[in-house]
Amino acid sequence: MTVAARPDALNFECETGNYHTFCPISCVAWLYQKIEDSFFLVIGTKTCGYFLQNAMGVMIFAEPRYAMAELEEGDISAQLNDYEELKRLCLQIKRDRNPSVIVWIGTCTTEIIKMDLEGLAPKLEAEIGIPIVTARANGLDYAFTQGEDTVLAAMAQRCPTEAPVSAIADGEKEERHGLRRFLDFGRHKDSQEDGGGQTVESEYIDHPPLVLFGSLPDPVATQLTLELKKQGIKVSGWLPSRHYTELPVLAEGSYVCGVNPFLSRTATTLMRRRKCKLIGAPFPIGPDGTRAWVEKICSVFGIEPKGLDEREQTIWNSVEEYAALLRGKSIFLMGDNLLEISLARFFVRCGATVQEIGIPYMDKRYQKAELDFLTKTCDEMGVPYPRIVEKPDNYNQIQRIRQQNPDLVITGMAHANPLEARGITTKWSVEFTFAQIHGFTNARDLLELATRPLRRNNNLKDLGWDKLVKEDAPV
Amino acid sequence: MKLAYWMYAGPAHIGTLRIASSFKNVHAIMHAPLGDDYFNVMRSMLERERDFTPVTASVVDRNVLARGSQDKVVNNITRKDAEEHPDLIVLTPTCTSSILQEDLANFVSRAQLEANCDVLLADVNHYRVNELQAADRTLEQIVRYYLEKAQKKGELPQNKTEKPSVNILGISSLGFHNQHDATELKRLMADLGIEVNAVVPHGASVHELKNLPRAWFNLVPYRELGTMAANYLKTEFEMPFVNITPMGVVDTARCIREIGKLLNQLGVETDFEEYIDNQTRFVSQAAWFSRSIDCQNLTGKKAVVFGDNTHAAAMTKILSREMGIHVVLAGTYCKYDADWFREQVSEYCDEVLISDDNAAIGDAIARLEPAAIFGTQMERHVGKRLDIPCGVIAAPIHIQNFPVGYKPFLGYEGANQVVDLIYNSFTLGMEDHLLEIFGGHDTKEAITKSVSAESDLSWSKDGLSQLNKIPGFVRGKVKRNTEKFARDRGIDTITAEVLYAAKEAVGA
Repeated sequence: MTVAARPDALNFECETGNYHTFCPISCVAWLYQKIEDSFFLVIGTKTCGYFLQNAMGVMIFAEPRYAMAELEEGDISAQLNDYEELKRLCLQIKRDRNPSVIVWIGTCTTEIIKMDLEGLAPKLEAEIGIPIVTARANGLDYAFTQGEDTVLAAMAQRCPTEAPVSAIADGEKEERHGLRRFLDFGRHKDSQEDGGGQTVESEYIDHPPLVLFGSLPDPVATQLTLELKKQGIKVSGWLPSRHYTELPVLAEGSYVCGVNPFLSRTATTLMRRRKCKLIGAPFPIGPDGTRAWVEKICSVFGIEPKGLDEREQTIWNSVEEYAALLRGKSIFLMGDNLLEISLARFFVRCGATVQEIGIPYMDKRYQKAELDFLTKTCDEMGVPYPRIVEKPDNYNQIQRIRQQNPDLVITGMAHANPLEARGITTKWSVEFTFAQIHGFTNARDLLELATRPLRRNNNLKDLGWDKLVKEDAPV
Repeated sequence: MKLAYWMYAGPAHIGTLRIASSFKNVHAIMHAPLGDDYFNVMRSMLERERDFTPVTASVVDRNVLARGSQDKVVNNITRKDAEEHPDLIVLTPTCTSSILQEDLANFVSRAQLEANCDVLLADVNHYRVNELQAADRTLEQIVRYYLEKAQKKGELPQNKTEKPSVNILGISSLGFHNQHDATELKRLMADLGIEVNAVVPHGASVHELKNLPRAWFNLVPYRELGTMAANYLKTEFEMPFVNITPMGVVDTARCIREIGKLLNQLGVETDFEEYIDNQTRFVSQAAWFSRSIDCQNLTGKKAVVFGDNTHAAAMTKILSREMGIHVVLAGTYCKYDADWFREQVSEYCDEVLISDDNAAIGDAIARLEPAAIFGTQMERHVGKRLDIPCGVIAAPIHIQNFPVGYKPFLGYEGANQVVDLIYNSFTLGMEDHLLEIFGGHDTKEAITKSVSAESDLSWSKDGLSQLNKIPGFVRGKVKRNTEKFARDRGIDTITAEVLYAAKEAVGA
């Protein structure tokens, strides 16, 4: 611990884990939209269902491809046969929706009653003829975005090891890609070229296959793919892809790189089970992060990156009016979605001081490059290192917020309104998960989000009603 | 196992938390895994609460699974006691703790020895009761606890208040328009010369609970919440209660008369008839509205009502009895209390639906094609899909249903608000006529709904142009009716003639 206490290194602490975050089953909300031929079945109780329906707001009304398998008392006391019950529901799903994959999300309840989902899935899969992927995204083990990590780790096992063996299947795959390219025509012209004719292939440098992992909205995935293409790097596939039937090929020795900081299990699975090589890079969040991410990938493939300097500078110039708002401000991240280290690093680069980074779980190996980048950024900007608090205690954090009086608190909705009423400016953290914040192109959106409360409060600052609770009651 | 996309009533612990967080200075500690504290988000967002929601979790994680909570729950209780000095801490079980079967009662008695505050274990089972039942139970449990405590200590006030007084039971956080209703009920009681002894649980301190028996009687405005507490007070303290929901002009009068009858029995000469008459005819606008020519246009229009027992029953009666609207279906998701609902509404509607399956309600609405729906947020979305307007009258609700402005549903002002809601939900009468006469807003664009895509019938040019003259909000319905008419008669091309023949046949 003496090492951690050194002033020239980041200081890690760990509190009680009594903090507010979303349940990891929330990942179904964005994953079912990303993987268009999937169906997510959350096997849990009313509590899970209530969370999903309230947290995901209007999304649930658009005939979602997800549902609850709501456990009843008979399921808990094993009066009903799990296999038969799941079969009944999955057949109903097959009949009504006919998905290419059913993803079972295990919950706290299935953990406690030890329902053997991993054991049941292969049997049922064989019986009903639809792949069943099992992910244990429960609140006993994980927080919020880690839910995606458990799903992707399970999907990584399903990726083919090589392009389909038979020529027919190969042609079929080409054709499907061809069809998709046709359908995408006009939407993002550049992306159609990849994998096309010989002339296009030659734009890429010869390097081992690279697969990126992490679920991003399609436009953002395309932007990052093109960013690498500019360096002559070909992205062979994404985990997840838009369809389950198009999961990328993962051969032994393929390179993989994560786009989000919460994907440590997926990374581990890719390395250990699929024998892939992980490129440990900072994450492409913010222009600084994107540049570092591209540079790292280039360096692994022995490529001299071109034009990144100007590219980054152009982006910074174009967002100067927003970045200026953060300059000299103090920021406190309470921690709930694991994006915190990358966001803090970006805020520091904008010229802010970060007082505390709360984070649910800190994988120092998977995030090593990002942590180093944070240290470097703090040094370059001449600001003190933030204190990093793993498994924070929200009560203690609020005491610290009151002492340190930060200019901006990034927090969950449970605390946002009460803090605002006490004159403390807040930004709701969940929005960073759902907004498009990756790559050079989205730097503006990222700053737009982060500075919105500051801009709003600037507009209202002369009204004189920034504290709206009577007594400074103990929290 | 049940395949479910949506649910009307939440899990049991939500009910307990709603009660605990309604009281002043009561803290709830949930025995729950990470992420189950979503209640705090709802309260903070929906009610725009300025204070931190007094709910924390004693987190159930892998360690707890392996070794049990051991001292964790007790430590969390004593810690919260030291940090915030609440009067009461309610330990709240969740679905997770229901199956872990830890001896939470033991934790409570251990914590009680160390903590300065009172500690209670909410007596709710996730797999047996829902949010509403749990709320009702928890309220009764807390009331009982403090009355028994006062009794034991001999601190129970012996006499009634000097003037007639009432306890209003069942106003809670995250309740549908509850706080506006509370204000309106207090105003109503003031008009009647009745003092409000206590409003429970919203904003009440647990120390005030021992004074509950000082009131002359209890008023339980909502069917779902407060009945158990009222029954307890009746059995133990011989306190009568009134449980007629004063929603709508007729039921408000019934409720007031019932209160009058009670007071007369208790030896107070009261006559509220003049007040009722004056309010009904001259102060409140609802009675006059139902006579006005505007309301004539609503006569016989079809409506579907769905919600909790209180609001769905009251709304059905208002629509049918006070406005002459044809309620084709009234339904509730309070399955556990279905008999009461049937008894309340069966003479005011064609069909009763008891279900908590949102698809069943959606299908019924599609089948009945009402001119308006009065339901929850779910029905509002069904309405959007089918192009039928919907007024929201019950939870589940979202942030729009927590208006900042004064919008009670109960009492005479509530009756006014309900009139506006109903009238604005139906398409305005004259507008309706004028659009029909002039063939819609603008006929340049031929907007046909996608429903026609799966139709096997073809529309002739003149048929289509006539169809497009029909105002948008009924066009889909006319189209479906016409196609059904054509199909029944084996007509394969729909001309203007067929369209009108169908219109005549349906009588619409």
